[in-house]
Amino acid sequence: MNPLAIIGNVVLTALGETGRLSLFTWTAVTHILRPPLYWRLIGQQMMRIGYFSLPVVALTSFFTGGVLALQIYYGSDQFNSESIVATIVALGITRELGPVLAGLMVAGRAAAAIAAELGTMRVTEQIDALTTLSTNPFKYLVVPRIVAAVITLPALVFVGDVIGIFGGFVVGTQSLDFNSGVYIKTTVDFLELDDVTSGLIKSSIFGFIIAVMGCYQGFHSKGGALGVGRATTNAVVISSILILAANYVMTSLFFSS
Amino acid sequence: MSSPIPTKDAKIELKNVHKRFGKKIVLHDLSLTIPKGKSLVVIGGSGSGKSVMLKCMLGIIRPEKGSIKVDGKEVTRLPGSDREKVLTKFGMLFQNAALFDSLPVWENVAFGLIQGRNMRRKDAKDIAIEKLGQVGLAPEVGDLHPAELSGGMQKRVGLARAIATDPEIIFFDEPTTGLDPIMADVINDLIVNSVKELGATALSITHDMASARKIADYIAMIYKGEIIWAGTRDEVDQSGNEYVDQFIHGRADGPIQMDVLKP
Repeated sequence: MNPLAIIGNVVLTALGETGRLSLFTWTAVTHILRPPLYWRLIGQQMMRIGYFSLPVVALTSFFTGGVLALQIYYGSDQFNSESIVATIVALGITRELGPVLAGLMVAGRAAAAIAAELGTMRVTEQIDALTTLSTNPFKYLVVPRIVAAVITLPALVFVGDVIGIFGGFVVGTQSLDFNSGVYIKTTVDFLELDDVTSGLIKSSIFGFIIAVMGCYQGFHSKGGALGVGRATTNAVVISSILILAANYVMTSLFFSS
Repeated sequence: MSSPIPTKDAKIELKNVHKRFGKKIVLHDLSLTIPKGKSLVVIGGSGSGKSVMLKCMLGIIRPEKGSIKVDGKEVTRLPGSDREKVLTKFGMLFQNAALFDSLPVWENVAFGLIQGRNMRRKDAKDIAIEKLGQVGLAPEVGDLHPAELSGGMQKRVGLARAIATDPEIIFFDEPTTGLDPIMADVINDLIVNSVKELGATALSITHDMASARKIADYIAMIYKGEIIWAGTRDEVDQSGNEYVDQFIHGRADGPIQMDVLKP
């Protein structure tokens, strides 16, 4: 086959997919802005996406905070500047690691679950059944998941921030012989509100990415179990990449000045 | 061909409907009329375009060309909210029932009442239990989940859901596929009784001739996306159409050739 034809085919497929995703996202957003909203379903999804992700986010944050304290200590020890451990742990967790790791963990858990659930509903005609029952599938399936993810991700990240800093505190005071009072005072003195809010804003965007990619992949899955499996994998991989890319863009915007 | 199905007092009317997926033409200038209060069964082999035709009527798939009218009103390119209003006239039994796994049986049946008509959950549940009774299922079944039911029971629940809103039009997609002959006949009887009680217009697609003969007032045959014959149920055995003859007798030899590799 002509190599140019292959390249052209890839480019056209990518453009087509981008266009479909953009239209899907636009349709979802317009449905969010138009009532009614199914609050009962939003509540259910908040439980599934947020509450049930809490253990994995908490554990990830705790160990990340701990390991961050260790690495910063071993690095700063060479320059006799161990006192920065508490500050860097707090900044690292709230600005970057808290939202990004929570985003990736929830992408692995929730985006996969959303894509698998909606994908199964697609291939078993349950989404078509919704339409025949005068129920808009976007309003009933997509909107509650997006709203729930956008609301719960910041809450998860906030809890994760606290636990991550606590992980650093535990390692700092138990293994590295930091004074607990000094550690807490340093953390509080150097941590600013913007550090926390920037992470929470990021996590809200990550929640949007996770829910949209999960719903989009599930909605467009076809070909039975194989198609659902492919949709699930795509949802996790693409949402993870988009989270990392969006994180870079937002960090550039928030902290460039 | 000119359809012998009366076009006067049509509930649904399709004219020159055309649909293709890529290079494959699925519906080719398909025209069909479903008279009000009558039961039409469309027969045809796998891949002949039956399901796509049904989805075009429901607005799930949009045809490239042609006209689809319900009660004389063009519905082919209706926007979302107007389409939802038209769909309140419809009920549908899907091939594999398409019950919502996450909801108990009663909520599946009551779904159209709660979401489509904003009925209170308690009132909708009462109606759902009543409809389950009409299809021969006990009230206790209402609290089970679809995964706990047999295939025949799922079909009955699907039928109860299809009739729960007392629709004017009911679609049946392969209602007896995958069922044993006795259960298939039970479903056929339930379909006939439900349609009669509601005075609804029914459209079924099937390749089960026993089912077609039982539930049809009129039968039409679709082949390669076109209606190639239509007539009353009693005329199907003397159709004079070699495609229809081959299909209803289930013969491998005839004008319809299956794409199978021969050694």
